[in-house]
Formats: sequence, C-alpha cells, structure tokens
Amino acid sequence: MRVLLFGPLADRAGWSELDLEMGPTPLEALRDELVRRTPELAGALDAPGVQVAVDQAIVRGAAMIPLGAEVAFLPPMSGG
Amino acid sequence: MILELLEAPFAPGARLDAFLAGRRDAGGVVAFTGLARDEGGRVSALELHCYRGFAERTIGAVVEGAVARFALLDALVLHRIGLIRPGEAIVLVAAAARHRRQAFEGADFLMDYLKSRAPFWKKSHEDGASRWIEPRPEDYQDAARWDRQETAP
Repeated sequence: MRVLLFGPLADRAGWSELDLEMGPTPLEALRDELVRRTPELAGALDAPGVQVAVDQAIVRGAAMIPLGAEVAFLPPMSGG
Repeated sequence: MILELLEAPFAPGARLDAFLAGRRDAGGVVAFTGLARDEGGRVSALELHCYRGFAERTIGAVVEGAVARFALLDALVLHRIGLIRPGEAIVLVAAAARHRRQAFEGADFLMDYLKSRAPFWKKSHEDGASRWIEPRPEDYQDAARWDRQETAP
C-alpha cells in the first residue's frame, strides 16, 4: 500500500510518500506501524481534525485498508 | 465548468477573455482575481500543496453545487498550487449567469468556499522562515454566511 502525508504532517515526518508491503490492515494497525517507523508521528495521525482518505475517499472511525490501497492522512486544511 | 489546479503562473486577463468569448446566453460574468501579497516585503512566497485527484473531485463537486444553486450558466475556477510569488495571481473565479445578481453571488460563494474549506495546505515563507497558515476567523464567518442564507429566486 502507499501512504501519503500532507501539510504539517509531512514536515513533521520528514517524508510525504511511503510504500509499505502490507496486506489488508485495520487503520489503527497502520497508524501503529507508521509511528513505529517514524516516532515523530506519535499522536499526530489521529490528532483532532486529521482526516483519512482511502483511495481518495474520506473514511471515518475504524476502517479496513484493502490490499494495495492508497492511504492519505489529511491534517486540517488551510483553504486557498 | 472549468476547474484547473495550475503549477505555473497564469494570465488572468487572457483566461477571462477566453471564458467570455462567444458567450451569448449570459447577461453578466463576475470575475474575481486573488493575488499573493508581500505583506510589506516580509513574505517572499506562498507554497500551496494539494492532494491531486482528491482536490479536483472535492472542489469540482462544490463548483457544480454552486452552478445549480445560483443558476449559473458556467463557472471558471483556476487555482495555483506550488510556489507562488508576491504579485502573482493565486486564484481566478468567474461566474456567468443570465442576470448579474446570480453571477455576483455565485462568484462570492465560490471564493468564500475556496478561502476557508478548499483542500489546500498553505505555507508562508516570511523573513527567512516558513509557517503553515490556517484560515482566519473571518474566512470561516464569510463561508458560514452561505449555510444559513437562502438566495432570492
């Protein structure tokens, strides 16, 4: 699967794109894996206002990430 | 409807001319151009990030909603992403309608949406440092006007 970070989250992690060899995964487990790899993300991926998009559609609550999906973590948006 | 997220500077006048060309159905077109300010020389650039595809779909749905709500005949939304220098156009919004009131309201609504809710992340480069920008309280208030207000038929 491919993980994308945007805005302040990408700055905090020091990366904006990551390819992971993972099968179908609960969102919570994906967050844990990302924090394990990038400890700077602790507490940031489920902070208030951070939305998650799976294959470009916003998901809420506990979601199952399918094989090969693109998962984007979207911090509060700035407007243009 | 035209929606483009552009990585390079564009010429608002030329794009507006193209939008106006050959139009015989509209009684009026209202256009708004937003420019990047330098804030007295402190700001060297703005940097806008978006999630391609997601941003186009999200903004596109709002533009289609505005076309229906304000009975627009057509709408144009051009928005810069990437690095934007002071004086460059960040956004061009144009709304075409049979009558002027619909065109004014359509353009006003689209700008309020773009300034407060559009899926962009904006960074300001100031005095050798950079910081992420959130909408001003006024931007949210401007956008909220449209939640409670019904337009005249």
